[in-house]
Amino acid sequence: MTGGEPRTLAPPERRRTEVTANERIGAYSLISARDAHGPAEPGPGQFYMLASAGGWGGGEDERPYLPRAFSYARARAGPEGVELSFLLEDVGPGTHRLAELRPGDGLQLLGPLGLGFTPPADGRRAVLCGGGIGAAPLLCWQAELSGDDTEVLLGFRSAAHAEGASLFAGAPTVVTDDGSVGRQALVTEPLHATLEGDRDAAVYACGPPAMLEGVRALCAELEVPAQLAMESGMACGFGACFGCVVPTREGFVRLCVDGPVLDAARLETALTPGAGH
Amino acid sequence: MSWGPIDLCGVPLAGPILNGSGTFDAIAARRAFGDALLERFPFDCFVSKTITVEPRQGNPPPRLWEAPGGLINSIGLPNKGLEEFLAADLPQHAELPVPLCVSVMGFDRDELALLVSALAERDEVALVELNVSCPNVETGLIMGADPGETAAAVERVRGLLDRPLIVKLTPNATDPAAVASAAEAAGADGVSLVNTLKGMARDPRSGRPWLGGRTGGLSGPAVRAIALEQVAAVSGTVAIPVIGMGGIASGKHAADFLAMGATAVGVGTESFRDPAAGRRIGAELAALGPGAAAAAADLPA
Repeated sequence: MTGGEPRTLAPPERRRTEVTANERIGAYSLISARDAHGPAEPGPGQFYMLASAGGWGGGEDERPYLPRAFSYARARAGPEGVELSFLLEDVGPGTHRLAELRPGDGLQLLGPLGLGFTPPADGRRAVLCGGGIGAAPLLCWQAELSGDDTEVLLGFRSAAHAEGASLFAGAPTVVTDDGSVGRQALVTEPLHATLEGDRDAAVYACGPPAMLEGVRALCAELEVPAQLAMESGMACGFGACFGCVVPTREGFVRLCVDGPVLDAARLETALTPGAGH
Repeated sequence: MSWGPIDLCGVPLAGPILNGSGTFDAIAARRAFGDALLERFPFDCFVSKTITVEPRQGNPPPRLWEAPGGLINSIGLPNKGLEEFLAADLPQHAELPVPLCVSVMGFDRDELALLVSALAERDEVALVELNVSCPNVETGLIMGADPGETAAAVERVRGLLDRPLIVKLTPNATDPAAVASAAEAAGADGVSLVNTLKGMARDPRSGRPWLGGRTGGLSGPAVRAIALEQVAAVSGTVAIPVIGMGGIASGKHAADFLAMGATAVGVGTESFRDPAAGRRIGAELAALGPGAAAAAADLPA
């Protein structure tokens, strides 16, 4: 990382990498690619813009056209460059094409971009709280924090999605919408219990807008600091298009350059319009 | 770096590749990429985002919709306003390795005059571009859709600036060539086109318009054929330089616009897909050689 800002700079161009693996993790795909020309140490919470090198376009409604933003889930430095892994679910034309990639295929990539997580202040204990695909940036954050007392709470839709929990070290607490794995609950429920028992926590959350809003409101009520990794429709990822703004107490901010991780105290609400398109 | 040096309205450029206004924020890009951006800067001339007299937050989100071969945006010209632009942004823009063109928009002619006079006092500014794609609050007419409105705007500011004045034309006009002619007659040194085409998208869940601003502007490969026709029509009508843009994503596309009479070309939406797109397009154009544009000009109309 550079300076005090949790931002590793990206080379100023898109680069072609080679897909090294596409592992099925329940409902998700974990796509890995070897990035020979990018920085070896992206910061957890940072993201990359991804597009397949071939066949990007021509799907439903002739999409995808724009690259798609993904927080990296894992970064492993090696002699031939860093191997980056991205967790995704096939939910639209972009993720569908990316989920089809096989080892040896080309993956266009720009990044790392944005501001990632910052470590807990004042000796606070990190509590990582993920919803669904939002588990992705928490995976590398858990690895970087590497503290014994870091707690991981994950909520998933179903048992197939809950297989994502297997990527985490230790034994994360898992709840599901349908009760097929763990208790039937929203992830904010175990988070509430954890924070009731320990206000000296620092919460790191990523997930769908409704979940992030639940986390934000809970942490505000209990006066626990929280950092939220947010999502918004993005065209470029580096501040050019002004498309990914979210409302904050100080006005609109671009998630790509001023986020995607925002201090929850900056937000009136985490329910951002248009997220998830 | 690309096709070779050109002269754009008296301003020497190392090549013919510009960015479309509002499609690249050099200050934000430098935060993301550091000084490597300056070492490998993608354009031969940098066009700023449009600035207005007062600060603007821009339109409520959602602001983007991916369309077939393109993008509909409803951004709403967010900017810091003239005062803050002059104090904070202009010095940073001056660190870029290429000449600077500042884009301005006024809601009436007095605002345009205020903006242009302020820029005229700053040496960092090589060119000024008038964004006339907004309604004139006095007349209700879209300035750039009407030859008379455009001419009146140019006449008002022409004498305030001793540097080249470009008028950015909207494709949402009955006759862009007539607007270009009016701008030329009123003293514009060049015209650039096309701005985005008006469009909209429907939220599949609610059934209502998706964009926070209800309608937006379509850009990208989807508009390229329309843009090329308009650039050809305008180039055939005016004698001043034309900056052509609209869905340019390769050196071949750039050569097409140059062959149809453009002096320089703008890269916009393609930069969203790759910040280095301008550099790549310039290199591809150079590899094609000047003959690519000249040969195309000989084809039957």
